[in-house]
Amino acid sequence: MGRYIARRLLQAIPLLFIISIGLFVLMQNLGDPLATMGGRMPTRSADRERLKRQLGLDKPVLVQYLYWLIGNNWTETDLDGDGIAETPGTRKGVLRGDFGISLVNRKPVLQVIGERLPATLLLMGAYEIVVIVGALVVGIYSAVRQYSALDHAVTGISFVLYSMPIFFIGLLSIYVFAVSFQRWGLPSLPPNGMFDPQVGKTPSQVALHMILPVLSLALISLAGYSRYIRSTMLEVLHQDYIRTAKSKGLERRYILLVHALKNAALPIVTIVGLDLPTLLGGAIVTERIFAWPGMGRLFLDHVERVDVAVVMAILMLVSVAVIVFQLLTDIAYAWLDPRIRYD
Amino acid sequence: MDSTTQAVAAIPRLVADELEAPPLTLRQLTWRRFRRHKMALFGVVMLVMLFVYAFGGALFVSEAEANYTQTAARLRAPSAAHPFGTDTVGRDILKRTIYGGQISLLIGLIAMLVELVAGILIGAVAGYYGGKPDSLLMRFTEAAFVIPQIFLLIVMAKFFGGKIPNLTVFGRSFSGSVVVVILIIGLTSWMYLARIVRAEFISLKEREFILAARATGTPALQIIFGHILPNCMAPIIVSATLAVAAAILAESYISFLGLGVQAPTATWGNMLQAASSDFSKIQNAPWFWAFPGLFIVLTVLSINFVGDGLRDALDPRSRAV
Repeated sequence: MGRYIARRLLQAIPLLFIISIGLFVLMQNLGDPLATMGGRMPTRSADRERLKRQLGLDKPVLVQYLYWLIGNNWTETDLDGDGIAETPGTRKGVLRGDFGISLVNRKPVLQVIGERLPATLLLMGAYEIVVIVGALVVGIYSAVRQYSALDHAVTGISFVLYSMPIFFIGLLSIYVFAVSFQRWGLPSLPPNGMFDPQVGKTPSQVALHMILPVLSLALISLAGYSRYIRSTMLEVLHQDYIRTAKSKGLERRYILLVHALKNAALPIVTIVGLDLPTLLGGAIVTERIFAWPGMGRLFLDHVERVDVAVVMAILMLVSVAVIVFQLLTDIAYAWLDPRIRYD
Repeated sequence: MDSTTQAVAAIPRLVADELEAPPLTLRQLTWRRFRRHKMALFGVVMLVMLFVYAFGGALFVSEAEANYTQTAARLRAPSAAHPFGTDTVGRDILKRTIYGGQISLLIGLIAMLVELVAGILIGAVAGYYGGKPDSLLMRFTEAAFVIPQIFLLIVMAKFFGGKIPNLTVFGRSFSGSVVVVILIIGLTSWMYLARIVRAEFISLKEREFILAARATGTPALQIIFGHILPNCMAPIIVSATLAVAAAILAESYISFLGLGVQAPTATWGNMLQAASSDFSKIQNAPWFWAFPGLFIVLTVLSINFVGDGLRDALDPRSRAV
């Protein structure tokens, strides 16, 4: 197992290199980051040339990638933009932990991301808990009561929810819970932001503001997962060993939770393990609708302004998370099912 | 003698094919199993109705009417003149859903074709040849798979943005962003299909009929496309059907964010775009986002039903008829 993990980790390194090179090349053509740097007026061409040299944007793509990767404090940069490199650079490069400076607000990239990451993690954590608990409950209940009226109703609703785009559910929930409730005089849920500026950033405020975005996100995934859990549980419940357990006289709940669920847990672990890291980049559309200050909005804003450093950092973060979680999922798989062996 | 021959003649002769029904072909079996799914049939009917609405509706409503802005009449509630209301610049939403439907459905279908071609080619080459080409292509597939689709869509949309000029097809003018959206959706979704195709090819490659084809000197290309590929159509068909739904959803997401199809070409996704940043639209004008959203939901729902039915109908392990 140890050798397998080591091999996977070693294989991940060239993968990450390929991804970073591919993304970096894509970044080059996104637009002109200098276009908005003139303030309220368009940047003058003399200033544009100078800024280009100062920011190192006039160098060929591979050189820029090299600087991004291993920094430029071993060479000289052109700090005053006159075309002659004289100042030793200050960046240490990604491989040494320096993700650069944001072109938008001159702050170090890691600081910019660090400001937004907790909000996304909060949303992500709550979403995952709601989805796992909800999908297990609904899925198991549907499997146990197969073909009942409730099962059919749940299947139908799941299909509909599963087919909805996230912004539709989001807008619908805003309209129902925020707008209409307010009109009808019922206590309404706040539809945007993370807290009410007049009350301040208290835990209860954040929790209240989190209900609608988490619900919208969770309903769709819940629909998909509960169907998957239902079909897995059905497969497991028809096995012979469940019949043996029942004939041994074991309590139904025991059979369900101990024997059946353990076997149904494998595909669930796979799905959750693959779902989690994509949320690290933020649920872009949800954060846009609910004005939640997370990584998704950060990504959108900085893609708009062609801030290569921040965009690359977010994308590499998500890639690393996906690769790590894939490995963790495979390890969990092997741990849960002793029949699986990696060599 | 006479009585025996009479007796023998009196025994009714049972001819084999009068007694049994002729054996059903695979296609008939599949269709019968599909027919059993009420939801799948409902999905097919719904899809036909949506196609008639989008493409047949064009016979009653011209495109100029759909793009006709009348800012004095903006954000009117549904009424007799505008059955679905008007949007932020006074365009009639009903007419726009008709033309938007055409673009959305077209994008879904063509993006699925792009994805199909890419996925089948890469999966087939990787699965059939194995070895170096296989590991190379699989590394490439993994690299493309690692980044979530929405990020790639946003980055590629900005990458291609504005580079493709407006096209004129069949006398109608489309924004170049339609081609961009089709390309980027196709280029970010083929990975799943490639994996499925590769798995099928790896398992079918070792069968005797392939060995026989190779022994008789059949060229590799013919083996791949004439022998192996027709045998793995089942998962490809199911995957392709669900891919249309995924493509329509992806297009609606990227247009909602403002980076997809650009106005005035309408799609169901970009009709909602103004709602993404302006809370008052949501509050005061629910018809603005509810109708296009409803169309998207109905389309994706029907395709999911059909895909589900197809998956059960094409399942080779299912013995029921």
